[in-house]
Parts: sequence; structure tokens; C-alpha cells
Amino acid sequence: MKKLLVSPAPHIHGPQTTKSLMRDVIIALVPSLLVSIYFFGFSAIKLALVGVVTCVAVEYVIQRYLIKCTVTIGDYSAAVTGLLLALNLPPNSPWWLMLIGSIVAIGVAKLTFGGLGQNLFNPALVGRVFLLVSFPVLMTDWTIPASWFREGIDASSGATALSIVKEGLAQGLTLDQIFQNHNFSYMQMLFSKIGGSVGEVSALALIIGFAYLLYRRVITAHIPLSIIVTVALFTGIFWVVNPEHYTDPLFNILSGGILLGSIFMATDYVTSPMSKKGMVLYGVGIGIITVLIRYFGSYPEGISFAILIMNAFVPLINKYMKPAYFGKEVKNG
Amino acid sequence: MSKTFSIGGIHPHDNKISKDAAIENFPLVETAYISMSQHLGAPAEPIVAKGDKVKVGQLIAKASGFISANIHSSVSGTVRSVEMLPDLAGNPVQHVIIDVEGDEWIDTIDRSNDIVKDIKLGKEEIIKRIAECGVVGLGGAAFPTHIKLTPPPGKVADVLLINGSECEPYLTSDYRIMLENPEEILIGVRIMMKALGVSKAYVGIEENKPKAIKSMKGVADKGYTDIKIVPLKKRYPQGGEKQLIDAVTGRRVPSMGLPIDTGAVVQNVGTALAVYEAVQKNKPLFDGIVTVTGKCMTEQRNFRLRVGTTFDTMMFAIGGFPKDAVKLISGGPMMGKAVACMDAASVKSTSGLLLLTEEETKRGPERNCIRCAKCVEACPMGLQPYLLNRLARVNRMEELEENMVQDCIECGCCLYSCPANIPLLDTIRLSKAKVLKIMRGRPKK
Repeated sequence: MKKLLVSPAPHIHGPQTTKSLMRDVIIALVPSLLVSIYFFGFSAIKLALVGVVTCVAVEYVIQRYLIKCTVTIGDYSAAVTGLLLALNLPPNSPWWLMLIGSIVAIGVAKLTFGGLGQNLFNPALVGRVFLLVSFPVLMTDWTIPASWFREGIDASSGATALSIVKEGLAQGLTLDQIFQNHNFSYMQMLFSKIGGSVGEVSALALIIGFAYLLYRRVITAHIPLSIIVTVALFTGIFWVVNPEHYTDPLFNILSGGILLGSIFMATDYVTSPMSKKGMVLYGVGIGIITVLIRYFGSYPEGISFAILIMNAFVPLINKYMKPAYFGKEVKNG
Repeated sequence: MSKTFSIGGIHPHDNKISKDAAIENFPLVETAYISMSQHLGAPAEPIVAKGDKVKVGQLIAKASGFISANIHSSVSGTVRSVEMLPDLAGNPVQHVIIDVEGDEWIDTIDRSNDIVKDIKLGKEEIIKRIAECGVVGLGGAAFPTHIKLTPPPGKVADVLLINGSECEPYLTSDYRIMLENPEEILIGVRIMMKALGVSKAYVGIEENKPKAIKSMKGVADKGYTDIKIVPLKKRYPQGGEKQLIDAVTGRRVPSMGLPIDTGAVVQNVGTALAVYEAVQKNKPLFDGIVTVTGKCMTEQRNFRLRVGTTFDTMMFAIGGFPKDAVKLISGGPMMGKAVACMDAASVKSTSGLLLLTEEETKRGPERNCIRCAKCVEACPMGLQPYLLNRLARVNRMEELEENMVQDCIECGCCLYSCPANIPLLDTIRLSKAKVLKIMRGRPKK
């Protein structure tokens, strides 16, 4: 007599699993990683390796020996955190900085809250911000390390476009003067060669990753687009009013961590809202806070803080921004 | 740009591997087990007893209560007994068991292949005939058709929608009849339009069935211009009543409302064919088109199957249970029921038998919710399955009601798309039943 399996419907399951989603995020990060290896050489590989290995190891040790629960390193989420943190550090960071950041990201920001799905704040960003306030000098040292592939390192110290502008303005220079002094061009920003953290070198590589995530239906475009559009509009207002003092919208989008942050950090499932409306509100909030920090704060870049601040609002957004009910939106003439 | 419904939905692989198999008559069985509970509502009352001789199409059980339907014999022979037997889930249901002798039909049934176009019966007579012939909705719920064609007082129907979307993966029974009997279906639609007194009807068919669209359009253009064939984008659950109304007319059924609240009545193409046979051919509903399919099977079939054939008999006829199949589903993979009892028999609304292997039907281990919002994106009712699941697990009835658990149509999109394999629909289905019970228990205002 053959035994039949009996269970409630549905009897089939879609192709996506937590593991496949996380694997897709890693694949989407590959272009950025390759570009950064091209520009920063061994240093980028070292940071990525230390990050991934430490995050996975910390998760394993804590789950296996401290909490004694099911070990979840197999879903790759810890590896994603490690990789993202590596891409968010300056290319010349020492390995132990990465190690400390990873321990804080997984140990403090993720597992103390109960592991995957429970953490309120984006673990990689908590790690980064922890390092930024604890090691401010190291975290803003944008020196470009030697690379195997590339000779004749730029004479510039590799300072980020944003910090150059901020310092220049503080010295009383106009934007035109700053741009002339440093020879910025948008093509350069799109294809790389600007100072910044590991993953920020090439806007194009990040956009390729974004396209892959959309194609694989890992994320929707709501969060990244609402952040980018908000930044463009908000900086556009400043720029129209006073183009002498404020940079234009395109510069603001291509510089700093807007693309890396909006595509890979703000879209973290666990720490972003559930409804489409909520996602847009969340993105607008991140955009506004980022621009406020850039223009009026003491840091040249603010997207990490902006995302963490909006992370805190996510439960509230989820409570009040619900998806449109089919049954309530009656539109029968 | 083809139409579709406005919220949620998923795109499972359609796997219509049986679509090219023409409908064949299933061989006569030795014994028929005819269930008295083949429709939504009260079971029918048997009017035959042990030893009675019956013919094919003879009334053997009468509708009892307002929502119920007549049941006719699907075979000719002698009644062996009337007793309680398990249905496919294993629950006891009254059955009439008939030992088959020959294949003698009652005289009133027109067995010719001629298509009868002229609708002679009037509005009231049509509804009466449909009720007499025990026609029920063949889209899944098996709601008695004559009740659906009689809108409650105060409600007026102004449009008839015919569901030819067959959005469930694998199933091809509706597809085959749209290819093989398009004109009969359209006459059935006309009959229902006359019964409802509406002048417009739309047949929604998904774009993954271009041949069906062509076949139906070809006939509709020649003499059935009041019936529009509407191609729909492929998307599950297009065939849900509320989704189909939204897709075709843009109207939304309110929460806890019925399709008739929007002026629409929805029927399935299979039901339209059954209505045609009942009204024009005087043939009661005692058989139906059943797809027997599965990737683990060498042959894919579409049968015209008489009611009361056991699953065992069906499996035997197709050459036995495939070795690697572990699950037998009556219906499609999204909303069908897993068969627990092989001795149970087919009913009027049986539309398919699907065999799945362990690999195809396995549910992975449940993991933490990663709040990816895939379930929210997929829910065609605009609910938040992740939230309902959390509330259901701690029995928060008020909050479940506030979050509209009662609107769930149990389509399975949430569970299908959950990457963490959380049994969202399982918990939601249970809590929905509890919440509906509470809501119905409240004094009416």
C-alpha cells in the first residue's frame, strides 16, 4: 500500500528561498567588488575576506556555543553583512578594523536582537558607524593603496569628492574654484577613480548590481528610487537658489555613498518597511536626512546615519502605512 | 496591453503539459460511489434505496434546504446500498453506491451531437431547469448555479463574466472544452444572460492559451457579438471571482461583499457548458472534464469522467500510481486538495488529478521571517500575511479582524512566495475560520 502525502494547499512553492535571495545579493555585489579589486588590489580582497570570514565565524560561535540555537550561517546572510561592511570601509583600512566592525555588526547589531529578521538596525551600517565614531581618523583616511593592476597612483590623497567640497567651502572657495582645482568630471565618477570607500569607486558597477537585483526580483525599485529622487529634488532646490555654494543634483547622486547606500544598504529586508507606500516614505526620509547632514552637519556624508535613523522609524511606518486593501478601496461609480 | 487585476498576484510556471491531449471518454466503471455532498451547502437527500434500478441521468437525491443541489445517477444499474463513506479528505459523507449494469440513459436526454442554438425556454424556466439538473459551479467552490443566477432582492446584475482563465498551473480541462466545444459554451453563456436579464457578457482567457482565445473569438465573432472575449495577462489568481471582476470591469467587490454587489455574476466556462447541456439537451450534470497530469507520468490525459469514479479506479486506468509520485491532488497545485483516501470518488467539480513527486511538492524547513515583504507584494487582497501569521499564532482575534483576515481568499500566493517557508496560509486559514465564526455570532445591526 502506497503512502500518500497529505497537506493543505498550496502544494508547490516558488523558487526563492532566503538562501537564494542572499546569494543573489552577493552576486549583485560582484561587479563592485571586481572594480574595487582593480583599483585597490590586495587591500580590497583582504577587507572582503576578513569581513566575510569574521561575520560567519562570529555568527557560528555565538549561535553554537553561547545561545545554543540552530546555526543559520547556511543562509548566507552573515556573509552578506561582512561583504557589505567591507565595501563600506576606506580601502586602506587595516584588517583589525574590519575584524572589530564585523564583530560589532553580527554580535551586537544582529544576534543580540535575536538574529536574522529580528534586528532593528542594519548590522553592516551599525558596524560602520561604530567604527566611524570610534576610529574617526582611520575611517576618513582615503589614501589609495597600491594596486597590482594600476600604476602611477593619482597625486591626490584620495579624499572623497564630498569632503573636498566641504573643506573647500569652509575655506571660503567657490564651487567653480574647487571643481577646477580638482578636475572632477561626471564620467570619472561614473566609472571610478574618485576617492571613497571600497564599494563606492564605480557608480556604474553599483548600477549593474541594481539591475541584477531588479531582474531577479530580489528587491523592488521603490526604496532606491525614492532616495535618489529625493536627494536630486532636495539638492536641486538648494542648487537653483544658490549654485555658487551648493553642488548640483547629479554631483550629489554620484558622489559619496548614495548609490551603495540606497541600492544595497537601505533595501535590507529586515530593516525596511513592508508596504510600498511605507518604502517610499522611508526612502524620502533617508534622502532628506542625508542631504541635511551633507549640507549642515559636520560629516561630509550622511547616508549611513540617515538609513540608521530611518531604520528606527520602520516599526512605526509599518503600523501606519499599510498596503491598500482590495476590499476597502471601492471605486464602483 | 492586456488587462489583469490590480493588486498582488504571482507567476508560477503554468506547466500545461496536458494541453494537447484531446478529451476522451473514461471507460465505464464497475461500481459508482456517488457522494451526496458534491456542492456547497446542505447535502442532498437520497430518494433511492437498496435494490432500486437506476438509469444514467435519473434523479437519485433531492436538494435539501436553500443552498443545495439535485444529484443524478452517472451510471445505470442497481443500488447496492446507501451508506457513509469517506470523502477525499477522509470525512464521512453519505454515498449512493451503484453496481453498474450496461449503460442505459433516461429517454429525455438528447444524446445527439447536434448543436442546439435556439433558446426556447424563458427566464424562469431556465433557472428551474438548471436547478433540476443539479448544475453547480465548476470553477472550484461548487456553488449551486441556479442560486447564483437568482440575485437576492434589491441586487441587480448588469454583467455576466465567464472565467476561462484557468490560472491554476497544470489544469487543462477548461482549455480543452474551449477548443472542442466553443459554440456550446457560448450558447450556455447566452442562456445565463437570458436568465439574468443582462445584455453584456465577457469571457476572460489568459494569454498563455492563444488557441483557446482564437477558438472562442472565431465563434463569438460569427453570431455571438454580444459576448466579448477578453484576453488577460497570465497571472495567478486571475480566476478568483474578485480578481476576475477587477481585471475585466475594474470594479472592486467590497470586503465581506459578494460579486453581485458590483452588479457582476461570475461563472466558469465549464459551468457554461453544463448549463448548455442541461437547458438545450436536458442532460443533468453527472460528468465533467478531468485533467490527469503530472511530470512524473509518461502520458497526460483529459477525460470526460462520470461522477462517482474512485481515485483508485482512475489511477488503475492510467496504468497505476507512478513510482516517484508521493502526492495526489484533486484540483490544481495552488488550491487543490491533497487526496487522503484513494477509495473516495470524484464529484461534479473535480477538475483535475495532479501527481507530484517529493521534489516538486516538498516544503523546506521553516526559517525566521526576514520581513522581505514578498507575501505583502503577492497578496491579491492587499493583506499583510506576515502580520496575520504572527497575530494568528497568538490568537489575537480583534487585531486579526482589524487586519481583514476575513478577506483572505486562500489562494496560497503568500505561502508560495515566502522564501523562509513560513506556513502563512495554514495559520491564516485557521484564524480566518475562527474570526468568521466570531463575526457571524455577533447580533446583526
